[in-house]
Amino acid sequence: MSWLRRNLVVIAGLITLAFLILPNLVVLVFSFNKPKGRFNYAWQEFSLDAWRDPCGVADLCGSLALSLQIAAWATLGATVLGVMVAFALVRYRFRARSTVSALIFLPMAMPEVVMAASLLTLFLNMGVQLGFWTILIAHIMFCLSFVVTAVKARVMSMDPRLEQAAQDLYAGPVQTFLRVTLPIAAPGIAAGALLAFALSFDDFIITNFNAGSTVTFPMYVWGSAQRGTPVQINVIGTAMFAVAILLVLAGMLIGNRRKKQAR
Amino acid sequence: MTTDRGGDVRLSGISKTYGMFTAVHPLDLTVPEGSFFALLGASGCGKTTTLRMIAGLEEPTTGSVLLGERDVTGLPPYKRPVNTVFQSYALFPHLDVFENVAFGLRRRGVKSVRGQVGDMLDLVELGDFARRKPHQLSGGQQQRVAVARALINHPQVLLLDEPLGALDLKLRRQMQLELKRIQTEVGITFVHVTHDQEEAMTMADQVAVMNGGRVEQLGAPTDLYETPRTTFVANFLGTSNLVPARFDGRSGDDLLLRAGDAPLTLPTARNGAAATTGPVLLGIRPEKVSLVPATDAASVPDGRNRLTGSVRATSFIGVSTQYVIDSPVCAGFEVYVQNVERDTRLVPGADVVLHWNPAHSFGLDATQDIDAGSASVEEDAAA
Repeated sequence: MSWLRRNLVVIAGLITLAFLILPNLVVLVFSFNKPKGRFNYAWQEFSLDAWRDPCGVADLCGSLALSLQIAAWATLGATVLGVMVAFALVRYRFRARSTVSALIFLPMAMPEVVMAASLLTLFLNMGVQLGFWTILIAHIMFCLSFVVTAVKARVMSMDPRLEQAAQDLYAGPVQTFLRVTLPIAAPGIAAGALLAFALSFDDFIITNFNAGSTVTFPMYVWGSAQRGTPVQINVIGTAMFAVAILLVLAGMLIGNRRKKQAR
Repeated sequence: MTTDRGGDVRLSGISKTYGMFTAVHPLDLTVPEGSFFALLGASGCGKTTTLRMIAGLEEPTTGSVLLGERDVTGLPPYKRPVNTVFQSYALFPHLDVFENVAFGLRRRGVKSVRGQVGDMLDLVELGDFARRKPHQLSGGQQQRVAVARALINHPQVLLLDEPLGALDLKLRRQMQLELKRIQTEVGITFVHVTHDQEEAMTMADQVAVMNGGRVEQLGAPTDLYETPRTTFVANFLGTSNLVPARFDGRSGDDLLLRAGDAPLTLPTARNGAAATTGPVLLGIRPEKVSLVPATDAASVPDGRNRLTGSVRATSFIGVSTQYVIDSPVCAGFEVYVQNVERDTRLVPGADVVLHWNPAHSFGLDATQDIDAGSASVEEDAAA
């Protein structure tokens, strides 16, 4: 009984962790399945077929490449714009400042379906051809709020004296920005960019409304789920998960090594 | 920036207003080349704004800043041969100590920084810490990095904005001597902003006491202490007893005064009041006053200023004993007596005679606030 009391926190933590990771484990396990029929919902037997030929299903890798491409461009666009907006909101006092500040949050607050539908209306009324570009514009739009929020928090906590010190030490405005402001704001910018990438990569609702005949990876998964689920989807999902974990681990390792070197 | 010592720093008619608020009233100030100059005052007196106008971080509303013969008023900070040690140091958190110190050299395109940075780190005794990040250093070490980062550029003027404010008392004493040593060694003009009167007096050759956006008095620390010209300076630098009195004639080189019934004298040369008739404040520093029990009044030599009173409180400090005396003409008169031979009769309630050499007194204009400057010291200590 007392053992239970002492370890309650640990047990609760482990249960929560299991709750978070279990769905990913199911994806992992079923990526080695060899289903009978078109649906990969029941375990049959172990097989490496899907891992040997991840692009074996028609259009799957094409949609994946498209999603990665859109995510990359949306991240770049939203990050560049978001950094500028965040700096403007923190550093400058202009008349519409509080209005802009509130409007920036709108995409986060509005139901995604509503935004998707109204965007479609807008594009149709403007006579724009739906496809890659409309998806990209939509993604940059909703990623922007997240980047601004992340960067703004960082810029607000920055000591303005650091930039004054740089100026005092012969750095002009451009040098001050590149050598001091940007490196110090970097963690906030990186956080915003990662968030933007993740959001863009797995967005379905807005993309589905505004894609026209273009098919991104989430749309492909949704579409195929109607007709049958190829094991390759699990392979791609597991691979993405592994890449994300590897990136996090690499980041932690580099961070630890830096700390050790500094000592 | 260059090796030539660019001459004096001259501020002429410089002022700064923010909307309705005047932070610095038009002021003229000359900081002699190679001197250690202190701007002393309570928080909000305009001393930091003045410093920032020299650095170029603040644009003066009127007036100009001259370094030697060169007018730098319109130059941005990165084009002025001036460097600053900021309050709380403002070290770059993403750069290590070496890169912090090398920052100014690199921005000016100096190629071989390694030797210079090494020498500078040795000067501030931080040679072994080159690869540490600022947050891994103690307060005193950070402070020395900030000094090294500024000094390595050989500025014409080094500006120090409350550089010791964040350090504890012992370290502050040590750094005061250290900064003074460095200043003597490099011979650069230092302009030091502080609210700590002891710090200003220990380190500076010249002190400008500021109050309410104006310079109250300018001079060497001993002059300011011995001959304050305003009640603010008298109370802000150390402690002064200010006795309200009236002019009552003249005798040779002395002005005759009367405080209540007591006759007092003040050498004409030490009178800071404009008038020689009407009310006046007679000032005397607590350590210049002697104290005897009333029964020994006869032992006081002739020609000394004397007042009677009774002991309200005593406190034993070790090196001295501080007495608070209530006199009919001045309540709360403070006297510091060296603990050479302690007179055991001087206990609270005892009647005493205070006396001092008239040449140590100073006269101040009676129209001023008698308590100016005494309260702000406590506010600062609390802040």
